[in-house]
Amino acid sequence: MVRPFEQIVAEHGATVLRVCRAVVGPVDAEDAWSETFLAALRAYPELAEDANVEAWLVTIAHRKAIDMTRARARRPVTVPELPELPERSTRIGRPEDWDGDLWDALRELPDKQRAAVAYHYLAGLPYREIASITGGSEDAARRAAADGVKNLRANYLPAASGTGAKR
Amino acid sequence: MTTPPESDATNLPDLLAALTAGEGQALDRLHARLVAAAAAEGVLDIGYRTVDTPVGTLLLAATEQGLLRVAYPSQDHDAVLAALGRAVSPRILHAPARLDEVSRQLEQYFAGRRTGFELPLDLRLSTGFRRTVLAHLSHIDYGRTESYAQVAAAAGSPKAVRAVGTACATNPLPVVLPCHRVVRSDGSWGQYVGGAEAKQALLRLERVA
Repeated sequence: MVRPFEQIVAEHGATVLRVCRAVVGPVDAEDAWSETFLAALRAYPELAEDANVEAWLVTIAHRKAIDMTRARARRPVTVPELPELPERSTRIGRPEDWDGDLWDALRELPDKQRAAVAYHYLAGLPYREIASITGGSEDAARRAAADGVKNLRANYLPAASGTGAKR
Repeated sequence: MTTPPESDATNLPDLLAALTAGEGQALDRLHARLVAAAAAEGVLDIGYRTVDTPVGTLLLAATEQGLLRVAYPSQDHDAVLAALGRAVSPRILHAPARLDEVSRQLEQYFAGRRTGFELPLDLRLSTGFRRTVLAHLSHIDYGRTESYAQVAAAAGSPKAVRAVGTACATNPLPVVLPCHRVVRSDGSWGQYVGGAEAKQALLRLERVA
């Protein structure tokens, strides 16, 4: 049975936000979430009743992330991207925003590793499903997730005390 | 909107735990943004909210055309929304702003300051004879009652007394379309979609009971 879309937002909203944060970063995450759910709402009446809703949402989010990354690349850069930003964790300025140090580490991962980590460890998708979203084989997706986690561990310490990166 | 259980976060690898920071507030903000964007784009097929009233928490649901559904708690709000998803569209979101005017008029009604509703209605859930009966209900004035037989006659089918009962029992817009004003010929209140107590409470409010 196709459930009211409100239930889809309630059940999957948090996971998709985590995926968006991990894949496109803090500045674009909420735009990515919004575009994902608006596109999902549009298409929802046609969704097969037995569809895996989470995989469907992640697939849409994946496409939106690619679109946003391309759009960002085309946009003129107004602020030069410096390797050492003076205030890494306060770039948004809202108190509830998540640890910028994690994004600094995620951003350095190759796209496929970042996607595989997010889709497997945040959305819980099996590697077969991830491969069909990102392209490539199931094994490649498994390796990308493992390499991604290894690289993250090398570059980022979860903030126990509030400060993050060990560099 | 329901917040996802905290256990979700504990299942995350520690490495990625920072991604959940402030997500409750972020999701509230994003939900409001989704509702606004969906309404602007014309894909918010059904918006709903609940209101607390003396006869229980009522579910209100509206399309772009008007008020589509009012439901009592005993009708199971989740089940009602699921049924709307099948009958009309599953593009359903909690969108209180769409029901602001309905809520305001209901509040006035329950405070005894309103005797009739002036609202755009979407009557697509009701067809045929049932719709004819519903159309007649709005002609039964505040504080008055009619018998099922009188309503049947007014709807053009004097013998269809039972069908009037069914039409009232399946009224998609109780309170607003006052099926509570239809009572039995022997003077007893009869059944009601929101339960006999709710019917009596509404008639008492209107100083009939």
